[in-house]
Amino acid sequence: MKTNSIFKLLFTFAQILKTINIHEGMIVKLNLKVLVVLMLTLLPFTSQANDEQHHDTAQHEKSEHVAKKPHSEEEGFLEGVNTPEEITAYSEHHLADSHDFIFFSDEASNHHYGFSLPVILFENGLTVFMSSEFDHGEKVVEKNGQHYKLYHGKIYKTDAQGTIHYDEHHHPTNEKALDFSITKNVLSILVISIIMLLLFVSLANGYKNGPIPTGFARVLEPLVLFVRDEIARPNIGEKQYRKFMGFLLTVFFFIWITNLLGLTPLGINVTGNIAVTVCLALFTFFIVQFSANKDYWKHIFWMPGVPVPMKIVLAPIEVLGMFTKPFSLLIRLFANITAGHTVVMGLIALIYTGKAMLGTGGSIGVSLLLTLFINVIEILVAFLQAYIFTMLSSLFIGMAVEEHDHH
Amino acid sequence: MDKLINDFSFGLFFWVAIIFVILIVLMRKFAWKPILEALNTREEGIANALEAAENAKKELEKLNSENERIIKEARAERDTMLKEAREIKDKIVADAKEEANEQAEIIITNAKGAIEVEKQAALAELKSQIAGISIDIAKKVIKRELSSEATQLELVEKSLKEVTLN
Repeated sequence: MKTNSIFKLLFTFAQILKTINIHEGMIVKLNLKVLVVLMLTLLPFTSQANDEQHHDTAQHEKSEHVAKKPHSEEEGFLEGVNTPEEITAYSEHHLADSHDFIFFSDEASNHHYGFSLPVILFENGLTVFMSSEFDHGEKVVEKNGQHYKLYHGKIYKTDAQGTIHYDEHHHPTNEKALDFSITKNVLSILVISIIMLLLFVSLANGYKNGPIPTGFARVLEPLVLFVRDEIARPNIGEKQYRKFMGFLLTVFFFIWITNLLGLTPLGINVTGNIAVTVCLALFTFFIVQFSANKDYWKHIFWMPGVPVPMKIVLAPIEVLGMFTKPFSLLIRLFANITAGHTVVMGLIALIYTGKAMLGTGGSIGVSLLLTLFINVIEILVAFLQAYIFTMLSSLFIGMAVEEHDHH
Repeated sequence: MDKLINDFSFGLFFWVAIIFVILIVLMRKFAWKPILEALNTREEGIANALEAAENAKKELEKLNSENERIIKEARAERDTMLKEAREIKDKIVADAKEEANEQAEIIITNAKGAIEVEKQAALAELKSQIAGISIDIAKKVIKRELSSEATQLELVEKSLKEVTLN
């Protein structure tokens, strides 16, 4: 239902554009810049349109109820994601991982435009099937004598009817299946990895023809230099930085490209997923611990230069510090990207929430303007977060490998 | 926090870890290593080239100063040579003049001597001629005296007129 109304909004928007085109003869004048800006403005709408298959049961009933109503465009608007709860549920849904890759959906006809992904479960041995068998959570799948149901992006073990039991907080109490599916995020990461390999292997090969890069390599080379000269070298030190460059460069470009792709209409949210940031932060954590020298451990467990009682007090604090550092990394990246996506979704929701106050046109205008503004900031944040993550990682590594010549 | 833990998908974590390890390994081998090496080589090349240029500049400066010194020396040498030449020339001219003067002196002295000799000879001849003429006159006078007094006198006068003391 929500997607439905977004579609209508898009349609109306297209209509408005069309009218402008016809009346002002702007078709010729629409240059690339205008198109890019328009696309950018529209990104959030389409990315929001991804997710519709999981609603609360209550919401689902409501949507069916609404779908039965005869609706004009206006009514569709009015019946859209109206309440703050619906908006929250909607944006939460976008932020979550998914078992199929859906670009947009038409809920009136229950048609989803996208493709399904393989589900891999470790239950009674390896179970592999396509997520299309779930029919977006509508159907119960039976494999090896076990029934599975897709509910809110997670696969639960259930009975033949697909009953989901809830606790008092409306959380399912069914046992979750051990899920190693190639989800939307896994696929995105694979694609991003391939993009990175293609980009940087071509940059590397470019140097075979001469020391000066040509074409797109001219864009990539300064970034590599930036990571090396502004992040790794000053924080880790001239002597040791080389061996960490592989990780730092990979993590920088991985986060950056992922963040940027998260702003596209693909509607992926990889770096805003806690499992991904935990994994990245753990890499930093293990690299720091394994490359640390004697001084680092000494500073943690037996701080030099302070009295013995202080040493005993400081040790647990320092040990805690070992874990808070990567923890801050994972929370920072997760929170920033999640916040960015949420704010964009919230601003788009302004179309519905602000309609009473501003009217349809006004709320669309205000929402577009604010969303565009936030999206531009998000482009900055995408880089900033990649920079901060890499920067702090190299800072922690630098602290661990630092040569102390004092005391 | 509860929600975060609930959202944590171990499957996704597993895949991210695997993919990321593979990505780091592949990127290291096929991208970062050659890129960083190429960058290093280039930077070293640039540093070397700069150093070489600096050295060449210094070399050139050294060469220039050397050249200047040589030119200065050459100029000084030329000056001294010119000076010497001038001195020599002056000396030669002076010497020549002196010699010429001496020579002239000698010639003049010789000439004077010769003139003196000639003059003496001439005088001696004149004396002898005058003596001859005188004797002739005296002879004629004596002859006339023998004829008449008047003619004798006339003769003397006539003779005297004839005689030109050349």
